[in-house]
Amino acid sequence: MKLIQVDPRLVHPSVMHTLVENSVKTAITRPVALFGSVRSLAAFAIIASDGAMTQEPTAKETRPSEPLTAPELVTFVSKIAEQRCKTSFQALFGYFAPRLKAYLMRLGSDADQAEELVQEAMIMVWRKAASFDASQAAVSTWIFTIARNKRIDAIRREKRPEIDLEDPALVPQSESLADDIIEEQQDARRLKAAISRLSSEQATLIKMAYFGDKAHGAIAEETGLPLGTVKSRLRLALGHLRKELKEGAP
Amino acid sequence: MTSPSIHGRDGSNDTLPTNHVTDELLAAYAAGNLSEAQSLLVATHSALCPECRAAIAEFEAVGASFLEEIAPESMRAGSLDSVLARLDQEEMPANNVVQHPSSYSAPDRQIGEVLLPQPLRGYVGSDLRDVTWRPVIRGLEEAELKVSGPEFNVRLIKVAAGAAMPQHSHQGEELTLVLTGAYQDGSGRFARGDVQIADGDVDHQPTAEPDEACVCLIITDAPIKLTGRLGRLLNPFIRY
Ligand SMILES: [Zn+2]
Repeated sequence: MKLIQVDPRLVHPSVMHTLVENSVKTAITRPVALFGSVRSLAAFAIIASDGAMTQEPTAKETRPSEPLTAPELVTFVSKIAEQRCKTSFQALFGYFAPRLKAYLMRLGSDADQAEELVQEAMIMVWRKAASFDASQAAVSTWIFTIARNKRIDAIRREKRPEIDLEDPALVPQSESLADDIIEEQQDARRLKAAISRLSSEQATLIKMAYFGDKAHGAIAEETGLPLGTVKSRLRLALGHLRKELKEGAP
Repeated sequence: MTSPSIHGRDGSNDTLPTNHVTDELLAAYAAGNLSEAQSLLVATHSALCPECRAAIAEFEAVGASFLEEIAPESMRAGSLDSVLARLDQEEMPANNVVQHPSSYSAPDRQIGEVLLPQPLRGYVGSDLRDVTWRPVIRGLEEAELKVSGPEFNVRLIKVAAGAAMPQHSHQGEELTLVLTGAYQDGSGRFARGDVQIADGDVDHQPTAEPDEACVCLIITDAPIKLTGRLGRLLNPFIRY
């Protein structure tokens, strides 16, 4: 069932190109938020009010949200898990919901469907907060995967074969290596730096792999390159990104 | 190298795969843009491969980092309120049970059987004895798996110890993941967890090693082409 998905080939190539180019430029020129340097209003409110709701919920929905830092996000999730803290939930909602909505719309959902999926995903965040494990992933990554899975369930109506970390058949990573890897993943600055070191063509290709379904075909059409060439360039770009991530490790 | 025995979490002698899925497949899996069939192969390989699990986590973090820079779309007025109202309903005791990983119950297994990675168990059962095999040719049996999406044929094949598959090439792309045993072809040796990606450029005759039958998960998007002398005559009868 893929009736609802928008085929990027139906979008005029120049529109697609501009969309992607712009977001890549933003990615590269945007200043990197250092941990603790930008304290969002939502985070501030929670500290100031000690859990009491002092803000109008609707005000937060429309206010452009500042990036939340990774430690703030972890605090919100654990307050949801331990205290069922709605103020923390509002902070996460205020920051992530509009972004998830934009992400889903970029992938072809209409506004109504995106809205509904985001609501479902955020309710999942509330429900599953206690199973969030900060040693396994960053909060933003965890929420991204929740929304991704909601989309697969709802739109593609397919099963998603998942890797189960408790699977007795799992071949484990050696402990020390595992710790290194998780630390690397959680360093958002390093991730952004690695992305910014890619050429703009490579960054575009990678972005298409995330935001455009049937992306390969669309790029091939747009650039006039054979599909095989697009695939091999994407492979190079992804390999390059992983290499940058490894080399940028402290 | 000896053939792999039972693999478990505590096994220190787990053999790590040396032939991996591609970065595109890993990134597309992380992005949620992979078909169910390909996701099944990527997830099953990654259960057996810590390196690819780490890569998926990395690509998920890349996806999450794009959320930070995306231009937000305002939620509808009242959206938060209606979600908050639904959270109150969540507080019913029945919905409030958190499933802890420790409550996971592993299927019982006996010595000598190969435990299938979790992603495959949903399609096959907990081990290979649950499979109903259909003979294809001497030394080769297969079992088709039901996976949504018409683009791919997904099946398990069992090549008897020492048996050779017919020489063949591919019209589309063929992804093979070894679940137990091992096979060799002109390009190398493939054992538990290893993935081989073959397309029209690959013309091979995989042969199971002599000590053990080799079971593989195979995903194809077009029928194979038999290229051996006898095989060419059989081509019209081969679906995949
Ligand atoms: Zn691997």
